[in-house]
Amino acid sequence: MIEFFRKLFAPTNSSQTAKERLRLVLMTDHLSLAPEMIEQMKRDFIDVIAKYVEVDRDKIEINFEQQDKALAMLANVPILAVNRNGGGNNGDGGKKTEEPKTVEAVAAATTAPLPRRKRRKKSPPATVAPSNASPAPAG
Amino acid sequence: MHEVQPEPVPVAQKAKRGRAIVITSGKGGVGKTTTTANLGHALAARGCSVALIDADVGLRNLDIVLGLESRVKHNLLDVLDGTVELDDAIVRDKHNASLVLLAASQTREKDEVDTEKMKALVERMREQYDYVIIDCPAGIEGGFKNAVVGADEAIVVCTPEVSAVRDVDRVVGLLGNKFRPQLIVNRLRPALVKKGKMLSVEDVNAILRLPLLGVIGDEPEIIVTTNRGEPIALRKDGATAAAYHAIAAKIAGEDVAAPTVEIKASGFFGRLGAMFGGAK
Repeated sequence: MIEFFRKLFAPTNSSQTAKERLRLVLMTDHLSLAPEMIEQMKRDFIDVIAKYVEVDRDKIEINFEQQDKALAMLANVPILAVNRNGGGNNGDGGKKTEEPKTVEAVAAATTAPLPRRKRRKKSPPATVAPSNASPAPAG
Repeated sequence: MHEVQPEPVPVAQKAKRGRAIVITSGKGGVGKTTTTANLGHALAARGCSVALIDADVGLRNLDIVLGLESRVKHNLLDVLDGTVELDDAIVRDKHNASLVLLAASQTREKDEVDTEKMKALVERMREQYDYVIIDCPAGIEGGFKNAVVGADEAIVVCTPEVSAVRDVDRVVGLLGNKFRPQLIVNRLRPALVKKGKMLSVEDVNAILRLPLLGVIGDEPEIIVTTNRGEPIALRKDGATAAAYHAIAAKIAGEDVAAPTVEIKASGFFGRLGAMFGGAK
């Protein structure tokens, strides 16, 4: 789908394609994780959040971004309702949907673009040190 | 064309502490050897004594690019083994006597290089030359380690391609902060960048975030100069020669204007060429 629009709107600008491919390939390089593992990590991350608040799974965005020498994970998690039971299981149960106002939470690094109506969640940026920060070869 | 043999520069009497710079990239075929040869000439043209080491053991090329293949009698491994003295193994350049080459072995393999001995050799050469420039083989295995072990600075060569940028990113990570790597973007085609068909220098460095040492255009004459074994930096004019001389000036610590490659080689580069082309 995205691929389709990309081809439709930018058929000639291959440098844009190159940039995007580079961004993705370096992201996986720096995380030292296969793309499937990254997807799994995202799912696990969402599951943890969903234990405490009801989230809109379809609108969650999780991206990785290079920030100086470190890689940052930026998550934008729209919260549908607060689960007052806390620590409960449900991710989609919808027991406490009395306040269906959309609250967006940003678990992001300091420079994350903030959406219009949102509240900032306390979580510090999940910063993963780039794997290639290893010491120089040999001695 | 007859080459004038300049007066041989006497080897420094007392020990100095030259700079050891490795030219690396990870990916093969991006122009490490061409860069090494041209920077060697450009630095030597500034009056510095320069030793080039071809660390690509088993795939000897730097002598070809420099046009010195017929003069090579001994090589790096002979010196490391102790069978030949360093002064007997080095080959003096035919255009500039302050430039010398220590060639790689063509018949032996990278694994045969002793890392500690390599480090000691570079250390020793730094006492004799202002610059020791090491042409690193492609890859990140043993050959890479041996090439960087004696260096304390790195220049990474990157072409504006996804694969090259990825490999440079990896190499920079392996090098760590110690080498303070600087970037040369090689084979840029400004006309393609303008059409959105090639990554720009800014695109490349938005990812790599390295100090930009210079930009070299994709110059067809490089092929001609390599055919002849006469690096383009030997020329007195032209944008590419000027760009190499500007990089050499920057390496030497001069404040050089931010590098650009223009679509037309005239104008700005004509003037740059006049500035640097005649530099001694």
